[in-house]
Amino acid sequence: MSTPLIVTRQLAKSYELGGHVVHALRGVSVEIAAGEFVAVMGPSGSGKSTFMNLLGCLDTPGSGEYLLAGERVSGLDRDALAAIRNRRIGFVFQSFNLLPRTPALENIALPLLYCGVPAEERERRAAARLAEVGLAERGHHHPAQLSGGQQQRVAIARALVNDPVLILADEPTGALDTLTSCEVMALLQQLNAHGMTVVLVTHERDIAEFAKRVITFRDGAVVEDHAVEWPKDAAAMAEELRTAQQPRPGALA
Amino acid sequence: MNVLASIRIALRALRINKLRSALTMLGIIIGVAAVITMIAVGSGAQQRIEDQIKGLGTNLIILMPGSTTAGGVRMGAGSRNTLTEEDGYAIQRDIPGVQASAPTLRGTGQVVGGSGNWSTVFYGVTPEYFEARNWVVAEGKGFDMADVTGAAKVALLGDTVARSLFGDADPVGQVIRIRTVPFTVIGVLERKGQSLGGQDQDDVILMPISTARKRVLGQGAGRLRTVGSVSIKVRDGEDMKEVEGQIRELMRQRHRIQQDREDDFTLRNLSEVLATREESSRIMGLLLAAVASVSLLVGGIGIMNIMLVSVTERTREIGLRMAVGARGRDILTQFLVEAITLALIGGLLGIVLGLGGSLAIGHFAGWPIHLGMEPVALSVGFAAAIGIFFGFYPARKASLLLPIEALRYE
Repeated sequence: MSTPLIVTRQLAKSYELGGHVVHALRGVSVEIAAGEFVAVMGPSGSGKSTFMNLLGCLDTPGSGEYLLAGERVSGLDRDALAAIRNRRIGFVFQSFNLLPRTPALENIALPLLYCGVPAEERERRAAARLAEVGLAERGHHHPAQLSGGQQQRVAIARALVNDPVLILADEPTGALDTLTSCEVMALLQQLNAHGMTVVLVTHERDIAEFAKRVITFRDGAVVEDHAVEWPKDAAAMAEELRTAQQPRPGALA
Repeated sequence: MNVLASIRIALRALRINKLRSALTMLGIIIGVAAVITMIAVGSGAQQRIEDQIKGLGTNLIILMPGSTTAGGVRMGAGSRNTLTEEDGYAIQRDIPGVQASAPTLRGTGQVVGGSGNWSTVFYGVTPEYFEARNWVVAEGKGFDMADVTGAAKVALLGDTVARSLFGDADPVGQVIRIRTVPFTVIGVLERKGQSLGGQDQDDVILMPISTARKRVLGQGAGRLRTVGSVSIKVRDGEDMKEVEGQIRELMRQRHRIQQDREDDFTLRNLSEVLATREESSRIMGLLLAAVASVSLLVGGIGIMNIMLVSVTERTREIGLRMAVGARGRDILTQFLVEAITLALIGGLLGIVLGLGGSLAIGHFAGWPIHLGMEPVALSVGFAAAIGIFFGFYPARKASLLLPIEALRYE
């Protein structure tokens, strides 16, 4: 087996909050192989978000080591971290974080703006990604003109546009209803099926069950790490929900 | 990230808050317009004075009779008839630094000719007068020393007099009567416009000094041929003060004034007076521009204020951009370009307003306006500099945000 995509060794991070030190992470050692679909679970304050920010190079660890695709990331400077976020990692956020009053295509092309891709190439690649998430017709719509599920799909297209090795999804379904959540999860499962490594942070067990592996955090440490033998099929569940929601004659919704 | 993309992002951001962007620009618009207008007015005033200096004649010294004292009451400059025509000729002859020295007799009178009559000032002069006072003959010809010797009844009309008497007709060759004495008009003088005091310099008739004395003013063949003043032009490159001293010395000798007595004449260096006025007008212009610059500065602070608000408002956007790979310098560029765009658009609109305002002032208030390219270029440069200067701090603040904190900002 080749080197794992993600290796963390004794990753620790602590904050000073109101005079006393909060240990958000207390030495987390995890390996994630390429092609895995991992859900990171835990209650709020468990350190899962801190872990996620470290994986996403949005934050730097207090101690310990983080290797992404064999490259030692801990200890790099701001610009180098920005370059890694740009080329290696695609982010999906709970609140979508799309630029307001900016067409979907330009939102998707945003990461390409920061690595010197020429304008036509940006547009071409953004359009291709938009088609992949099934919104080819919506390229010129602004986020406000799209539904929550559509916005999250645009955000996923943006995460994919620079061909990352890792998708980091932070509560991607937190702002969505059940059906749309299933649709978004189906999209992530589909990406994973094509070989993309996905790490998902969630506090909902229902959502975590779509992943192939669940890592549970508590008090800044991993308390459980197990494989899911039969992950739920999000596409099938979405289909079921859609059928159930079909208005039947005579029914009161 | 290239500059073109930055400009597009900046324009979109400015469009989203149209009213706010417009109000922010207004500061710069007013500032730039004020600077341009004030410089136009200031340099217009300066230009007018320069023209007047040219019209008056450069390096000009006026020699006038001194004051008399009658029973302890001093009568003021020119009250004594001590200056003679010969003094004027002597200055021309004996002082090498003098280019032209023209004794002048002044008189007023009613002039009849052509289709009307007109009350005006006439000067009896020698041909040197034209050189000393920068008079140019526009039509016809001037007179020479032979006309002076022969007291020829010839006259040159100022533009105003020519128009008053003859309208658009050509006065050259016509006969006019000055205080009932018939004269032949031999030429018309080129326009000079208003003097510093607002007097019409073209409301004038020039004639040979002997003619004015004998035939118009009716002074007989008195022993002393007194004159009202002598206009003296100093050669270029000569030291005015030194020549003035030489004239004073020569005059004291000629008038036999003893060591301890006062001069019986006055020397006035008019060019110096004008130069002083030019200097004060220049300072006035600078002062106006400085005051206008303050409004430009205030406009710049407005830009800084709005950019700070914008950075705070868009903290999450900054966080997102950083998350997808924007480096600190990308964010810095973006906000700096936005500030410069704001300042430059304001600057260009300000130029349009300033040029329009200057022309309007020139047209409606009748002030002399001088529009140059320099203040326009200066304003554009200044506007851009303001964008950079006042945009830098907010942009730097944005670029130093931590991605994780910016993303979580509420």
